Amino acid sequence: MATNKDRVALPPPGAQKTNLTCHFCIVGCGYHVYKWPENQEGGRAPDENALGLDFRKQLPPLAVIMTPAMQNTIIDKDGRRYNVMIVPDKLCDVNKGLSSTRGGQLAKVMYTADGVGKDRLRSPRIYMADQWLDTSWDDALALYAGVTKKILDNDGPAELAFDCFDHGGAGGGFENTWGTGKLMFTALKTPLVRIHNRPAYNSECHATREMGIGELNNSYEDAELADVIVAIGCNSYETQTNYFLAHWVPNLQGQTVDKRKRRFPGETVAPAKVIFVDPRRTPTIAVAEQAAGKDNVLHLDIEPGTDIALFNGLLTYVVEQEWHDKQFISAHTKGFDQALQANRLSLEETSRITGVPVDKLKLAAEWAYKPKASGHRPHTMHAYEKGIIWGNDNYLIQSALVDLVLATNNVGRRGTGVVRMGGHQEGYTRPPYPGTTKIYVDQEIINGKGMMYTAWGANPFQTTLNAEQHRTVILKRANIVREAMANVRGGSTAQRVDAIYDAVKNKGGLFLVNINLYPTKLAEAAHVMLPAAHPGEVNLTSMNGERRMRLSQKFTDPPGSAKADCLIAAAIANTLRQMYTVEGKHDMAARFTGFDWKTEEDAFNDGFRMAGQPGADPIDSQGGTTGNLVTYERLQAMGNNGVQLPAKEYRDGKLIGTEMLYTDYKFDTPDGKAEFKPATWPGLPKPVAEQKEKHPFWINNGRINEVWQTLYHDQYNSFVQRRVPMAYLEINPDDALALTIASGDVVEVFNDYGSSFALAYLEPDIKRNQTFMQFGHFNGVMGDLTTPWTDRNVVPYYKGTWASIRRIGTVEAFKETISFKSRRFKT
Amino acid sequence: MTSIPRRVFLKVGGGVAASVAIGVPEFTQAAISPPVIEGRVNLPYPMKAITNAQKLQVNIPVLFFYPDAASPCALIKMGAPVPGGVGPERDIVAYSTLCTHMGCPVAYDAGQKLFKCPCHFSIFDPENIGQMVSGQATENLPSIVLEYTPQDDSVRAVAVEGLIYGRQSNLL
Repeated sequence: MATNKDRVALPPPGAQKTNLTCHFCIVGCGYHVYKWPENQEGGRAPDENALGLDFRKQLPPLAVIMTPAMQNTIIDKDGRRYNVMIVPDKLCDVNKGLSSTRGGQLAKVMYTADGVGKDRLRSPRIYMADQWLDTSWDDALALYAGVTKKILDNDGPAELAFDCFDHGGAGGGFENTWGTGKLMFTALKTPLVRIHNRPAYNSECHATREMGIGELNNSYEDAELADVIVAIGCNSYETQTNYFLAHWVPNLQGQTVDKRKRRFPGETVAPAKVIFVDPRRTPTIAVAEQAAGKDNVLHLDIEPGTDIALFNGLLTYVVEQEWHDKQFISAHTKGFDQALQANRLSLEETSRITGVPVDKLKLAAEWAYKPKASGHRPHTMHAYEKGIIWGNDNYLIQSALVDLVLATNNVGRRGTGVVRMGGHQEGYTRPPYPGTTKIYVDQEIINGKGMMYTAWGANPFQTTLNAEQHRTVILKRANIVREAMANVRGGSTAQRVDAIYDAVKNKGGLFLVNINLYPTKLAEAAHVMLPAAHPGEVNLTSMNGERRMRLSQKFTDPPGSAKADCLIAAAIANTLRQMYTVEGKHDMAARFTGFDWKTEEDAFNDGFRMAGQPGADPIDSQGGTTGNLVTYERLQAMGNNGVQLPAKEYRDGKLIGTEMLYTDYKFDTPDGKAEFKPATWPGLPKPVAEQKEKHPFWINNGRINEVWQTLYHDQYNSFVQRRVPMAYLEINPDDALALTIASGDVVEVFNDYGSSFALAYLEPDIKRNQTFMQFGHFNGVMGDLTTPWTDRNVVPYYKGTWASIRRIGTVEAFKETISFKSRRFKT
Repeated sequence: MTSIPRRVFLKVGGGVAASVAIGVPEFTQAAISPPVIEGRVNLPYPMKAITNAQKLQVNIPVLFFYPDAASPCALIKMGAPVPGGVGPERDIVAYSTLCTHMGCPVAYDAGQKLFKCPCHFSIFDPENIGQMVSGQATENLPSIVLEYTPQDDSVRAVAVEGLIYGRQSNLL
């Protein structure tokens, strides 16, 4: 085949066809995987290819998405070569045939020896002397379990730190969160655990849950039914792309007006309006203006970190106008009066704090909360994500927001909902966390606590807060262990275990294990790496932002001896059980039983399906107590539309799910009443305010469309690498001029906590003294600049730091190969 | 989205001020397909004369069809040397104008020198090999490989790099 990718092989009619949920963002678009022997090809006539399309002539627009990135040639374990084509499912209710720039490359990132996945971990590796040594699972597990056991026996489980994923999608799934959770919490019983993106074992949504409202309470269809969408700290065109394109945009363009009239007879219905709350003019706002017209888009460009004041001001004004729902408040909630008193803030004061003019605040309140011409209360959906979750006091912002939502009865009615938009997919099923307090694990590690650190589908070097200090300490402590291991020349595994234990017990060392798809930046510190697998290589289930659960079917083998994380957890547990059995410590051996899984489905049946079943130990599961209704077979039959959890029943060969929560106004509190929470505006946290005082630039940050998280695949993907070889920093052109910075210059960004580097990207839509830096990049770690401050539940304020900027120089290759034109769709 | 909204076609047709209507070709000439040569790796693309370089005005696109009448393309003289550019100033480039994502016709924004897709808002930069600046595509805009002949000042299309939307192969 020519190398310029000007043709693709078509799947023949008999090609194997399986379902795959995109394993990247929360939305979980449905895809079909076609797989067929490489030496066969479909023809161009519609009856000659599995897509049923006529390729003898040019297809019209919107007929298909089929690009070279959607095809690959893979080799199964038996050595046979197959073509795969992974294309979006037109009948999937989630994406309706759309693909994103990420999901559109699902085929491209499948492992091949010379493709994007060429650097995948394929065997366990141990760092010996000065190199990574490929080895067997038996050898690596003997070392892993040997060190674990020695620490567990001598020092207890609280010295065994984990930094572990807790989600669906790549590296996640209900199977894998269960497998890892059972190992950490039931078998090892360690409380020293943090989650992949934050420094403790906690929720991103404590407040809303305590108020009785789970954070994923509506369906994507509700965005088609809303009168107004209030989008808070979410850049959905880039980060929940096909939810935005397939469900928000049609409503903004008026395409769902008829549907809404049918659903809500007698109500005034017009194309939806959208209100954005974001200090930054995001690419999403620019696109929304295209879709809805500027008159239907309102941007509340608040000062960074002032969300609480905004919601409190709106609540105060709404109640003054008597637009709140007194009947609903009285019948289904509690604590309204106290919250109103604590949150009270005049519009003038709100305007002073947020920087948003009073008239604009009033207009927003009128759009979102004033009864419509027909006299009906508007259906206003509130969508939020990392601007709040990683905002100035996660707990208080969510409290203030949900107070406003409850007062205006915007939950439990179709076309409403107060929902997080989500990052990755969900897939939580674990035994209860075995601790009573939230431990700030990063600080424990920095302070020399913890002897062993397993990073499991996690990369704190690129994603944590106060990352420079965290990384510096880990590298220093890990190096103590590397030196100890290097000195065991010709020694047995037992001798190596003793040397490692001596280093972590007596010399301040930290034994670090990295379980992942790729080596990642953690390879700089790790001692052992274990190879994991992703969807398509294994069977996995997960759910999206509307609780829609699907089965991603295995269609090939993982590379080398890589395994699903649940089976890695089982292998670790089974090794420890064997060790304790040999020693005759049967009570300890018993803790490591229950891992006799051969497949991912075994782990699924052991965890997700056992939650709430008679005789089962307690299990916290997003499937609730009806997970038992769901089986692989039933889920597979439901295809890419799956079932929205909680499952209600299995009838006529179909799983029946739940589209919207709280339609009966029975909330998740002991008495069923939703609870208002006081949330007085607190100002900026002290460490953040100090940086703001000392440094001129706000370093806003987040994910961008073309890149998935830490670039674990993308760092090897030439399409992405040419575009973003380094974290970019959007900066106002006047600010750049003052610092003699041009687009494509490499700059240093620094404050009292650290120093990072970025590629300057001049953007007029960025305000003076504000910037936006791509987060999570391996080449320019934004987290180096974040303060260690967290809210009461140890949730970081990643979005809130200030820094100085200086020009370093110009890299000609970057200037020549990267477009620095505006990423915002302008006319 | 199952159909292109009507307003999209209006915009593509030049209804929005910032978009520049794409002109018709200066002259057309029947495409000549070279014979298939045994042992070739590349597709036997036709060679097609598009225009003379001196007739081009800076930043005003010229519409043509290549490699066949079902594949709309735009040729632009950017006004300064660009990667892949041909001609005396090495500033002439050409691209397929079907978005690589779902095939909607991209509109040329002469103010920003960008191609923009009205369906899902992808943006491509003709001054940088058709790079996707933002959007949902997984490929840059396919580049039309051009050859410039100083002797007669002609600009010819000779090949396509990248797969044109809606095709199994660039040659139907």
